[in-house]
Amino acid sequence: DSSVYLRYIFNTCFRTVEPLEYYRRFLKENCRPDGRELGEFRTTTVNIGSISTADGSALVKLGNTTVICGVKAEFAAPPTDAPDKGYVVPNVDLPPLCSSRFRSGPPGEEAQVASQFIADVIENSQIIQKEDLCISPGKLAWVLYCDLICLDYDGNILDACTFALLAALKNVQLPEVTINEETALAEVNLKKKSYLNIRTHPVATSFAVFDDTLLIVDPTGEEEHLATGTLTIVMDEEGKLCCLHKPGGSGLTGAKLQDCMSRAVTRHKEVKKLMDEVIKSMKPK
Amino acid sequence: MEEEMHTDAKIRAEIGTGCSPRGPGCSLRHFACEQNLLSRPDGSASFLQGDTSVLAGVYGPAEVKVSKEIFNKATLEVILRPKIGLPGVAEKSRERLIRNTCEAVVLGTLHPRTSITVVLQVVSDAGSLLACCLNAACMALVDAGVPMRALFCGVTCALDSDGTLVLDPTSKQEKEARAVLTFALDSVERKLLMSSTKGLYSDSELQQCLAAAQAASQHVFRFYRESLQRRYSKS
Repeated sequence: DSSVYLRYIFNTCFRTVEPLEYYRRFLKENCRPDGRELGEFRTTTVNIGSISTADGSALVKLGNTTVICGVKAEFAAPPTDAPDKGYVVPNVDLPPLCSSRFRSGPPGEEAQVASQFIADVIENSQIIQKEDLCISPGKLAWVLYCDLICLDYDGNILDACTFALLAALKNVQLPEVTINEETALAEVNLKKKSYLNIRTHPVATSFAVFDDTLLIVDPTGEEEHLATGTLTIVMDEEGKLCCLHKPGGSGLTGAKLQDCMSRAVTRHKEVKKLMDEVIKSMKPK
Repeated sequence: MEEEMHTDAKIRAEIGTGCSPRGPGCSLRHFACEQNLLSRPDGSASFLQGDTSVLAGVYGPAEVKVSKEIFNKATLEVILRPKIGLPGVAEKSRERLIRNTCEAVVLGTLHPRTSITVVLQVVSDAGSLLACCLNAACMALVDAGVPMRALFCGVTCALDSDGTLVLDPTSKQEKEARAVLTFALDSVERKLLMSSTKGLYSDSELQQCLAAAQAASQHVFRFYRESLQRRYSKS
């Protein structure tokens, strides 16, 4: 039908030429171009333990956004000012593979900000007690290198990274290590492995602010580009906040923040349910 | 300091005093601000909060690299230099926070295809560093004459283990606190522009801190107004 075809052509042209107006027309009807409501997340899928060479791994897909996290455990001497603690070292990599906006070379600002964000979440939420990573105080401790690599960038990278990190850490199995008294060397027993003690489950919920007033959940890449501000809330299961990350952008009132909090609480339940299901389906190992 | 040979009066700023340190009704430390102290940048300011001191310089609107130019707005850039060592990932993260806060208030559309650079140097760090950086950046932008639709200020709150709120904490209080929250608020409606938090806290504690920060921001904005009035009334 020619009129349907003409309308299709008009819509695609309009979307390219006036993306903000195009979005406004949908937001007025309380929905978004991909059919989601303003408070709806994209389909979330998680795949745990896919990388056999890593001590723990997880792949998270939030719509098109794909992040994979691999955790490798190595030995290191504990820090001198905290001889009974180990290390958790996160690193977020946004390679040119995931989006045309990133070039190869040293990490850009986006990757550095994301790495700092993940480091803050680990630190604030106390997801792992660093004392659990100590093998022999003052001599030997575990260091967990958590590498998060984005394979496809379509917005909301922080939520995907936090979820991938949590799932990967839940999948990590560390072998038992004993220090031989005579040789003072570490003996690793690869046959006896134990899971990490994950104390809290921080879940991130991101919002984008449109035209200084409207808040939408889980923005895609295009929505992030058009937004006037973003907000990320990281909450654990008791409703405690680990991080309220609002890097500038339009102002928000206290009431709007409250709405975001309640959405974050529901999102936490959804994510926890999904992760428990996946872990349960994997347990016989 | 070198002798200034400029003929026009280099307005060596007025040291504005904030409210009395830790007095009743206002628990912010003593603050002071000096403007126009550097000769090269278009605008500069030094902001002191207790013993924390940050020096800010603003260059702009100036020429922008073609790769960074935006066709309808000014490109804002923030460079934060720590007191010791090379800037690392934490500085990059803070630069992003400060830059986005400035972008929300600066009227960039009045100067398209230009760049506005804010350079911040940490002179001394005795707690509430991010808030001090924000305040210094705002004062420097005002000194440079960059058009803004509102002023902004930074306020830090610390929550200790039994839930008491301390505004504008010192380094010692920050270390011992359970949570440290830094907010940037705008001057028109006291809306939350930026928030960066450390530690665990509950939703109600967040609202409490936000309300306390909004009340404290009144004092900061009054201080801005007084120090600017004093500066311009002399000339």
